[in-house]
Amino acid sequence: MEAFLFIPCLVEHVLPQVGEATAMVLSRVGLTPVMPKGQTCCGQFAYKRGRADLVRPLARRFVEIFGDAPAIVCPSGSCTAMVRRYPSLFAEDDPWHARAGQVAAKTFELGQYLVEQLGVTDLGARFDGTAALHASCQTSRVLGAGSPTEALLAKVAGLTLVPLARPERCCGFGGAFSVDYPEVSQAILTEKIDDIVASGAEAVITAEPSCLLNIASALAKRELPIRPLHLAEVLVGGMA
Amino acid sequence: MSKSAYDFGRASAKALGDRPSRAILHKAIGHIRVLRQRSVNAMPDFPERQARAVAVRDKTLARLPDLLEALEAKVTAAGGNVHFAETADSAAALITKLLADRGVRLVVKGKSMVSEEIGLNDALAAAGIEAVETDLGEYIIQLAGQRPSHILAPALHVSKEQVSELFARKFGRTSTDIPEMTRIARDSLRQKFLAADAGITGCNIAIAETGTVTVLENEGNIRLSASCPPIHVAVMTLEKVVETLADAAVVLDILPPSATGQTLPVHLSFFTGARREGERDGPKEMHLVIVDNGRSEILADPVLRSILRCIRCGACLNVCPVYQSVGGHAYGTVYPGPMGSVLSPLLKDNPGDPRQPFACTHCAACAEACPAGIDHPALLQELRRRVSAGESDPAVTAFSLLARHPLLFGGAAALGRTFDPKLTEVAAVAPESPVGRFLRGRAFPGLSRPFSRRFKSLARRLSRKQGGRS
Ligand code: SF4
Repeated sequence: MEAFLFIPCLVEHVLPQVGEATAMVLSRVGLTPVMPKGQTCCGQFAYKRGRADLVRPLARRFVEIFGDAPAIVCPSGSCTAMVRRYPSLFAEDDPWHARAGQVAAKTFELGQYLVEQLGVTDLGARFDGTAALHASCQTSRVLGAGSPTEALLAKVAGLTLVPLARPERCCGFGGAFSVDYPEVSQAILTEKIDDIVASGAEAVITAEPSCLLNIASALAKRELPIRPLHLAEVLVGGMA
Repeated sequence: MSKSAYDFGRASAKALGDRPSRAILHKAIGHIRVLRQRSVNAMPDFPERQARAVAVRDKTLARLPDLLEALEAKVTAAGGNVHFAETADSAAALITKLLADRGVRLVVKGKSMVSEEIGLNDALAAAGIEAVETDLGEYIIQLAGQRPSHILAPALHVSKEQVSELFARKFGRTSTDIPEMTRIARDSLRQKFLAADAGITGCNIAIAETGTVTVLENEGNIRLSASCPPIHVAVMTLEKVVETLADAAVVLDILPPSATGQTLPVHLSFFTGARREGERDGPKEMHLVIVDNGRSEILADPVLRSILRCIRCGACLNVCPVYQSVGGHAYGTVYPGPMGSVLSPLLKDNPGDPRQPFACTHCAACAEACPAGIDHPALLQELRRRVSAGESDPAVTAFSLLARHPLLFGGAAALGRTFDPKLTEVAAVAPESPVGRFLRGRAFPGLSRPFSRRFKSLARRLSRKQGGRS
């Protein structure tokens, strides 16, 4: 069976290794990853700026590109949540409303797809070391897909998850927020990094690419030897 | 109003520079959060209690005009007087005149956010009436010449040591022992209670069925403010009413646990009307002032109306990463944090920064914590939509146009790849530019060769492997 990859723009252009790991994970569970042409951006940035009018054309494009997909899998909780909102952008009697609803219903965040749709938690992955889990707000609170991430990590051989002081706390990215209010964003981020350092973990794992980028960039700035990893990258660990 | 009226970004950057205050705030909020979590965890039926409370709040809002009318009738029947004020200014003017007409010189006040909202203390001062805050936190703030920074704990941002210094300056007596400090404040306040001509309090819940005003507190000073002086003025915003005593109990079920982690506060007072014939204490005159200040319009707004469910527990402030970082003063409004970011822009006076609804990471911790079931992120999103409708946003528009054309989008990314090493240079020479400010705590990894270009060979490898395995 095929699974269509929904690759967020951030993954396409900044974190391509996350896209690769996602494709490998899907292949690992026996699916054929398909990369439909013409994907750009789900429009989340414009949505959060209050510009639904600028999201609508992007939503229509998405619906056309992915309309025929048996399932759409995305390594991002926030972009998945955006697609789930697509129907609300159109009036109920607008045909796009129903079409967007069909596409939204078959769009899943990677962990959510594996655990809730396929019933797979053990991918035979191996990661030797300790790691802290940053439970992204968008994945856990907004999309409600936090527990699949945990279930998948629990089955990774060799991985010791160490608790974070405040696992539920936001990393401060928030898309445009980090550009509009960089000082506040970095103050929140600093606390996240302090918590990660205090946990003593060798790596920090999250299922959300924007959190990953935010946290990774702060770890790099402080030259800390803690590896930032996307869930998918951990799940392909030790794969032959 | 001009757009540069208030700038949250600038105020918050400044607040972030004050490290000692941030440390105090952190410790205090961390403490309240733990208390709340502990009490909520100890109530296995909390979700049901919460659902009942949301239902009561919604029922109330659905028939608010009727309930206010009923409340007015009952308060009047119990010997009280009811006044409606449409704006903040008219509310402050009404109360000031009422007190001035009766020759009042000294007023004791119980903690009340709505009196902050209407700027009552300044109005009273202008009329030569001295108003003394009697809630310990609020008293400290008043002595320090500041404004509250939290809707529940007005002096959350002040340390014990700072209070001790303040007391030394004001009273020539001091200590860092909390009971002793309370005693110092009490000695000063006792005189005021006895000498006051009138008392002003807020109102947590008003009960239409009985004409009762209910206040929750841990110190007993609101109770004294309402019952010692001969005149009691209670101020409430119009959504604070509920229909019945039973409804009030439903709200009381969730308010203290969400606020301070208590099952019930130390004092829970119910005031109905004025002193009756043959009674020995209580105020001779009782006035209830009901303030609108923009709330009728919010009530008529089907999308934003749910912010009026708020019961002022403060839980959303305590979990908000933005509030936790910058504190309440940075908002420049009476109501800070998530509830304030929704409510303040809708109020007639002091709406703060018009872009306040954008100052949120959309982490949704507020909605998760709110016992009144308010979905702040959705409401902020609606406010963003309304603000954006009247403005151009060139960067976002350009990005959206590019994203409609994959070739252009890819081209722009390619262009970005050749430029992005220079971002670090830009940041170095222009640390105050947007790029410089963004990169202060971050090392941006730069744009990579797109994933879609690598996909073909990856897919080939994967299918070979799958083929080989099966
Ligand atoms: S919005 Fe909700 S959490 Fe915040 S103060 Fe009001 S009731 Fe409490």
